[in-house]
Amino acid sequence: MTEATATPRERFRAGFRAAVPYAIAGFVLSMSFGVLATDAGFSTLAAIVMSAIVFAGSAQFTALSVVAAGGSVGAAVLGAALMNSRFLPMGVALAPSLPGPAWKRGAQGQAVVDSSWAMALQGDGTFDRWFLFGGTGVQYLTWFSGTVVGTFAGGVEVEKLGLDAVYPTFFLALLLAELRSGRAKSAAALGAVIALALVPVAPAGIPILVASLAALIGLRWRDADGDAAEGDPR
Amino acid sequence: MTSGQIWLVIGLCALVTALIKGAGPVALGGRELPAWFNGVIQLMAPALLAALVCVSALADHDQWAIGADTAGVAAGGVVLWRGANVVVGVVVAAAVTAAIRAL
Repeated sequence: MTEATATPRERFRAGFRAAVPYAIAGFVLSMSFGVLATDAGFSTLAAIVMSAIVFAGSAQFTALSVVAAGGSVGAAVLGAALMNSRFLPMGVALAPSLPGPAWKRGAQGQAVVDSSWAMALQGDGTFDRWFLFGGTGVQYLTWFSGTVVGTFAGGVEVEKLGLDAVYPTFFLALLLAELRSGRAKSAAALGAVIALALVPVAPAGIPILVASLAALIGLRWRDADGDAAEGDPR
Repeated sequence: MTSGQIWLVIGLCALVTALIKGAGPVALGGRELPAWFNGVIQLMAPALLAALVCVSALADHDQWAIGADTAGVAAGGVVLWRGANVVVGVVVAAAVTAAIRAL
């Protein structure tokens, strides 16, 4: 569905529908967050408020792991910030697709979560913002309600149930949908190698941020079939 | 950590996340960016997502680690690759991980 053929309401609904599978998976993920947070000493209210106002899975799990390991406030916040640093290039990418004054664009930028951002990206490099809002809206609902359920489901053994495999698989599903071109596959492979190489030497989150450089390097490649991307500077 | 410190972590995480998500749109919005920029954007998602998947499935904190969850994620990846829905993929990944741990 493109902007030219659909009203904002239709695009919002399309995004909402497209993100339902991610929202269901997100429910399971945030449920495990609720369980782990209360285990780590968060009050029920604190765990729920964190999901409501931070609403960023990887950052929440990072901060939680620091708290659970007895780390400091600064380390927990820094870890979350580094994990979220990938939203910086994602926001830069989204920026030209957002209309209005700066404060309005900043507010709309809050709707960026990995899955809706990736799905709202159109073939020409612009984003369908209403699709993004719809996709994020449904995921916000289940992220919040999953945490509520998790905090009241104390004693669930996250590892025993294999729930720690939910998070990587969630992102793997997004990744597979992105691997359309030879260049995308190369960028993914290079990003993975960069991140894994940095894991032993860099603080949490940095390996993923630096992996975004693979996109810059990838611009210089040509697809296996010889086609360069549109706008390739060569 | 005291309850007050936990609330401080939550408040600061929310603030930092909002600043990071808002920075790009505030600084660059409404402007035409050069054509090559779109090429970078198209490759940004696969690079970031692959990094997230590998770090979360193949590493624990600051070291590489292969465990039951790695096998579970791989199994989930296979069913996703064969066209399964993300919910099915996630359930398979959790079930395989749980089954290996139960052995």
